[in-house]
Amino acid sequence: MTKLTFENHIVTQFDGELEEIRTRLMEMGGKVEQQLQNAIKSVAEIDSAMAEQVIRQERQVDEMERDIDEACILIIARRQPAATDLRLIMMVSKAVNDLERIGDEAKKIANHAIILAEQDGPSKGYTEVRHLGKSVISMLANALDAFARFDVEAAMRTLNEDQQIDLDYKTALRELVTYMMEDPRSIGRVINILWVIRSLERVGDHAKNLCEQIVFVVKGKDIRHQTHVARHDH
Amino acid sequence: MNTTATLGTDNMAMAAVKKPTEGTDVSPFELAAEHATVGSFEVENAKMSIKNVNVYYGDKQAIFDVSVDIGKNEVIAMIGPSGCGKSTFLRALNRMNDTVDGCRVEGDIRMDGQDLYSPKLDVVELRARVGMVFQKPNPFPKSIYDNVAYGPKIHGLADTRVDLDEIVERSLRRASLWDEVKDRLYQAGTGLSGGQQQRLCIARAIAVSPEVILMDEPCSALDPIATARIEELIEELSQNFTIAIVTHSMQQAARVSQRTAYFHLGQLIEVNPTEQVFTMPEHALTESYITGRFG
Repeated sequence: MTKLTFENHIVTQFDGELEEIRTRLMEMGGKVEQQLQNAIKSVAEIDSAMAEQVIRQERQVDEMERDIDEACILIIARRQPAATDLRLIMMVSKAVNDLERIGDEAKKIANHAIILAEQDGPSKGYTEVRHLGKSVISMLANALDAFARFDVEAAMRTLNEDQQIDLDYKTALRELVTYMMEDPRSIGRVINILWVIRSLERVGDHAKNLCEQIVFVVKGKDIRHQTHVARHDH
Repeated sequence: MNTTATLGTDNMAMAAVKKPTEGTDVSPFELAAEHATVGSFEVENAKMSIKNVNVYYGDKQAIFDVSVDIGKNEVIAMIGPSGCGKSTFLRALNRMNDTVDGCRVEGDIRMDGQDLYSPKLDVVELRARVGMVFQKPNPFPKSIYDNVAYGPKIHGLADTRVDLDEIVERSLRRASLWDEVKDRLYQAGTGLSGGQQQRLCIARAIAVSPEVILMDEPCSALDPIATARIEELIEELSQNFTIAIVTHSMQQAARVSQRTAYFHLGQLIEVNPTEQVFTMPEHALTESYITGRFG
């Protein structure tokens, strides 16, 4: 394979259409990244106003998903894309779904932020949220960067960050269970924190999907549901 | 007619392993200049086997060192820009090029192991075994019945009128035309619609029980509905026949064939399973062509 390009079609409008869905996917990625950042911040800084803003943004993200998906369907109907063009369109259509789900998780986190802000009690679990939140945001940002440059190496590196996130998630779970055992009065609060870190772990999974889709666009290889070792054989 | 002996297996092996290396700076055009066909051009169950074929029109070479197998009961599609040699190549398979002045075919073309360019071979018999359907429907100016009956008659395939009737009906049924023409078998074939005429030509081709059917852009003069019927027919025919089809419609190649061969400037660039060619072509030139990036 030579360098991946989505330009130089005989029909130049086709170039424009592919560029358009790429740009819009990046916009959506940026929006979702910001939404997630704010959601984590609203938990960590007990900021209900910010949480409500995150919830409101959800509708915009849904609309973006629908619009980009529509654009993809239109290109398929109009241009009958093949090879890299087809793979890009399929990827974008799947990626918007993953981004929308990340948006959903951000909204769930924001909902818990509001509940947590209304409850009194010791602020247990915030360190875990901050720590996991930082890793997850970094992973999502890396995945979007890799998409912008169609960088398979970066996508593979980012993909493996999910293992660390899963590990941190398990560690955080154990600590939260300890808090609940130490002080049963904290159970209500800690369960909310637990849902937050569960959402963060899910975001990691969606970011991983994005990375797999980048590999699919560039290499034409489907690396979903493979073990770590098998992935590296490619 | 020049026919040269089969070249050694070393050349075949070399052609097989030469693939565009990922991440190299070699331009696809340089790769093409090295005569490197990529993909799976050999099959286990070959009906026709083509090795190192060159075709010349006078001094001008039209086909460069093409080697490919056509599997039994396979539909193989040949695609490529105009003038890439795909029709010339197709016509070499049943020696239709013999009729072109100054046309010379070198190399080795075999069907079931038999050398098709052997001087001992009866060309008329060959063209019954390797039938052809052309771009423009070309029924004889005769009745529908006679169009189909002509081949079996001259090849002596039917002893009695009853036999002949049976062959005509069976061929028209196989070409999905019977129901539309059974009540007017003795009317002129040229009075049918374009799509029906093309199916009549297919019926005429299969009436002599060929082993291979060559189709040279069989749908390019037809509307989408007639095209769809021919495509459905190709699918059915492939159960009994081996089919090689040249088409300008990539969607058609994607729909009807199991393997796709991409020709460029007289060279066979890539042969691969159709699903691979249209999702993940191996060669950059194939990629450019099927994604619409060619001038």
